[in-house]
Amino acid sequence: MINKKVNSVQQALEGIEDSMTIMLGGFGLCGIPENSIAELVRQNIKNLTCISNNAGVDDFGLGLLLHKKQIKKMISSYVGENAEFERQMLSGELEVELTPQGTLAEKCRAAQAGIPAFYTPAGYGTEVAEGKEVKIFDGKPHILEHAYEADFAIVKAWKGDEAGNLIFKGTARNFNPCMCGAAKITIAEVEELVPAGELDPNQIHIPGIFVQRIFQGEKYEKRIEQRTVRKRG
Amino acid sequence: MALDKIGIAKRIAKELKDGYFVNLGIGIPTLVANYIPEGISVEFQSENGVLGMGPFPYEGEEDADLINAGKQTITTLKGASFFDSAMSFGMIRGKHVDLTILGAMEVAENGDIANWKIPGKMVKGMGGAMDLVASAENIIVAMMHVNKAGESKILKKCTLPLTGVKCVKKVVTELAVLEVTDKGFKLLERAPGVSVEDIIKATEADLIVEGEIPEMQID
Repeated sequence: MINKKVNSVQQALEGIEDSMTIMLGGFGLCGIPENSIAELVRQNIKNLTCISNNAGVDDFGLGLLLHKKQIKKMISSYVGENAEFERQMLSGELEVELTPQGTLAEKCRAAQAGIPAFYTPAGYGTEVAEGKEVKIFDGKPHILEHAYEADFAIVKAWKGDEAGNLIFKGTARNFNPCMCGAAKITIAEVEELVPAGELDPNQIHIPGIFVQRIFQGEKYEKRIEQRTVRKRG
Repeated sequence: MALDKIGIAKRIAKELKDGYFVNLGIGIPTLVANYIPEGISVEFQSENGVLGMGPFPYEGEEDADLINAGKQTITTLKGASFFDSAMSFGMIRGKHVDLTILGAMEVAENGDIANWKIPGKMVKGMGGAMDLVASAENIIVAMMHVNKAGESKILKKCTLPLTGVKCVKKVVTELAVLEVTDKGFKLLERAPGVSVEDIIKATEADLIVEGEIPEMQID
């Protein structure tokens, strides 16, 4: 067993420097690597390019990095829920690249799987396709999209073991598995880190080969963005 | 009487067929889940990674790890499954999802749709809409016939930045059900008490009107 365990979030994030490109898992606030984000805020690493489906809310998730102006460029599919984001975007302080959600996921997976580029129908005929190669397959136009190149991927899983194997829970899975192994170094933070052998190999969602460092997050707030309920009875 | 949003949702629910996997957009489309016709089984897919989505949880049973694409807390039904975003859009692009219902700002007579960006206003992003409209075989748009300024959203040509081209099959509004054909919009049904003239007046695009146009059957 190759041991991927590190003992602290500081150790896990070693080597992340100003101006790097980082992938971060999560959909909205669901399944985001909260402990790592808090540490990036604490270390005040700046000029980051962040690849993440969303950009958090004003006081949580990537919103915390935005608040301290640590992000130079966001690559996302949807960024609606954040007033500070809007302010920085409109003032030109923040560069934003909007990408269709399925394309964003596939650009991560392509990087993970050694596929340099792929064709997708998503975005054909829209401004997303501007400047991109178009090719017809079965009479239908597709556009060429390239795999992402990132320095670090930071993902959040439910359980993990020292070998770096990961299991996700519910819809907190989202982009996290696609980002594992999609950057030069993948860091996984988990709610529960167990010794190798304790997780059933049949149940592993992401094999440890895609993960270089794993640690157990100190605490998880797991904030809910839209609490919707129904009445009993 | 023009329909309300619930009326639109009820009419669209009649398009659901037994065995359909369905992706619902945010807004009116979400309401469709409340009016599944009796005797049929459908499964709802949410593109953040769940099939078999159920209703909102009871108070106190919310799970931060279980949300839909609108970031709302949800539950799952028997037979549900979770998956990652790449697989989720594989389902969508691979045409495994039978029906996509989404809202729009504009629809054109060639099936073009615009629903993600108003130049000069805050752009929030396309989310999964471009992937959905580029691939789904069957796309129904649920929307109001005119915008807040009273202008038709059913157009000869979209004026806003496009989300997808030649993809919409049907549009259901508070006034009418329209089918997108090779020759443009065909009027299929009118809302109860709404005349064909009312619909033509509220529509910028030309409408194909053939024979008697029946009233929508709601409920």
